[in-house]
Amino acid sequence: MRLLGVVLLALFVAVVLLAEGDLPPRGDPQAPANTHVSPYYLEHAIEEMETPNVVTATLADYRSYDTLGETVVIFTAGLASLLILTRGGHR
Amino acid sequence: MIRRYDSVIVNFITRALVPFIQLFALYVIAHGHFSPGGGFQGGAILAASVLLVRLALGRPVAERWLNHQIMRWLAAAGVLIFAGVGLIPLLFGHNYLDYSGLPLWDLHDPLRRELGILFVEIGVGIAVLGVLVTIFDHLAGWRRDV
Repeated sequence: MRLLGVVLLALFVAVVLLAEGDLPPRGDPQAPANTHVSPYYLEHAIEEMETPNVVTATLADYRSYDTLGETVVIFTAGLASLLILTRGGHR
Repeated sequence: MIRRYDSVIVNFITRALVPFIQLFALYVIAHGHFSPGGGFQGGAILAASVLLVRLALGRPVAERWLNHQIMRWLAAAGVLIFAGVGLIPLLFGHNYLDYSGLPLWDLHDPLRRELGILFVEIGVGIAVLGVLVTIFDHLAGWRRDV
């Protein structure tokens, strides 16, 4: 059982390392992440919602689905710890 | 169970500092789109002020002020505020979470989206406050019926 875990972990690391070779270099201006939507966000944030803080504009408006998901994750974490820490039978 | 910390200095400093900590937390939430900050950070600071009262002044004072059952409702309410603000534009023919569809007809479009961000950040802050304090209360062994 322990051997299986080690083998699975090694396989996972191998897959990640294999995929890592195809990633663009860090901070590459020609990377898809930097040419697709992020220039649009940086250029239009101030005129579209008058928020000088681009980080907030991106998080809460352009990427609000993601932030909603984050909030739900935090809420779920709180619920889970509440369920674990409130031991059954104590009411 | 957490008792009152038996020191005049700690008690006094706590009582003097907590309003300012909370004011700063509200500032961080409300100015999230002008300066660094936002719902997550402001909610964490707000939770820190509540936890400070719970740690320093003990349970009777803290329960009178904000009892632990309110906190889990706050957590749920924060998430619902976020999702609800997202739902309103749907009723007015816009996409989900598209704040330019919020029914604030007097305002022009960028301002509407800015206000949408503010509402959402308030929701996030309330949710983070509720979750953090709930986790602390249950780690400290505060049961459901007491």
